[in-house]
Amino acid sequence: MATAASLPEVFRVLSRRQETQDVFTLEIAPHLAGSEKVLRFLPGQFNMLYAFGFGDVPISISGETGQVDHWIHTIRNVGSVTNGLSRLKEGDILGVRGPFGTSWPTNQNEGEEVVIVCGGLGVVPLRPLILHLEKNRARYQTIHLIYGARSPNDLLFTSELHRWAQTFQVEVTVDHAPLGWKGQVGLVTRPLKRLQTNLQRTTAFLCGPDIMMRLASQELLERGYRADKIYLSLERSMKCGVGHCGHCQLGGHLICRNGPVFQLDQVIHEMNIKEL
Amino acid sequence: MKTKHIDEILLEHPFFEGMNSDFVRVIAGCGINKLFHAEELLAREGKTADFFYLVRQGRLAIEMHTAGRGHLILQTQSDGDIVGWSWLFPPHLWNFDVRAMETSHVIALDGKCLRQKCEIDKALGYDLMKRFSQIMVERLRAVQVQVMDLYGNGR
Repeated sequence: MATAASLPEVFRVLSRRQETQDVFTLEIAPHLAGSEKVLRFLPGQFNMLYAFGFGDVPISISGETGQVDHWIHTIRNVGSVTNGLSRLKEGDILGVRGPFGTSWPTNQNEGEEVVIVCGGLGVVPLRPLILHLEKNRARYQTIHLIYGARSPNDLLFTSELHRWAQTFQVEVTVDHAPLGWKGQVGLVTRPLKRLQTNLQRTTAFLCGPDIMMRLASQELLERGYRADKIYLSLERSMKCGVGHCGHCQLGGHLICRNGPVFQLDQVIHEMNIKEL
Repeated sequence: MKTKHIDEILLEHPFFEGMNSDFVRVIAGCGINKLFHAEELLAREGKTADFFYLVRQGRLAIEMHTAGRGHLILQTQSDGDIVGWSWLFPPHLWNFDVRAMETSHVIALDGKCLRQKCEIDKALGYDLMKRFSQIMVERLRAVQVQVMDLYGNGR
């Protein structure tokens, strides 16, 4: 039986912005004229975006949380469906199911230090959390943001990075850079080694390629940070988004339903099994 | 303000953490404080590797020139890091350029002086070699991950 979670709703593109060579951002809103539907989501959640004629894919919501009238999705053009989404222009329509999945916790770590480690497109699901922390800056102690990318040209949200650097401890590192780059070159684990925060009262949020998250979480654990205070967003090939198809199974977890945000101690065993 | 001796600075540097203070004093005898301004070269590929550097404050770029792509920054090293191990192995030539990205305070340690001291005191040489091996393993691992192009999407 079809349910609201499995039936796409028609949205239209309000705007499209090219972020980097292969990454673009869509602002979308419900298509129906006069629709005043309030959209809600929690930081870290995703929608299934349907490019008609191509199929649907899970895409994190990258905008500000709360009650909004549109959603923002930042997408890498990497396959046929995202290529279909990349062709959408202002006014075009697409299907949307969601929002789905677990979210980054924001309440239980107030008064503590925060460490955010993101790599590549991993900054996208973390952006709503970062915007929340920025908006509620006084509720947290020092906030460290460590952002790794392939090269300076692949950095996303660069104007916001400058703004975040005013209130957060921001460290940007790339894999390689041309002469003239003034930032760091190397892995995100390098800035983590220098991190000095209260081990018991620090919450860490990680998102990026699997290997990056594994190395970053190893570094944090070796430094003495608590596994139950390290959160990470996992990605597997999600298809249905609602835990029916099993495509995104990781051990006993269905990433789309039980995740994508997990505490490290929930998934550390599965992350270290090569066959999964 | 009291000026710190080289051995005091070395004792506070992460690379020498836990080292026998007698060893540190011997090593300090081969070291001098140096200041490099932004864009100044500390080492040039193919030239004799007389020194290695402990970064006290600042940022250094390890660079390589490639045909068609110009200079590429392969790694950066900053406060608490160490740069250079070519002084340890024949033919004692730098494999990369090292450039200051900003005003950088370093301790420059004379490799030839240290090699002689390590030949005389094998325990010192062993301790130093263990520390450099650790750094080399870390850097090798980092390079292995970097060449996997994690964020690259096959481009």
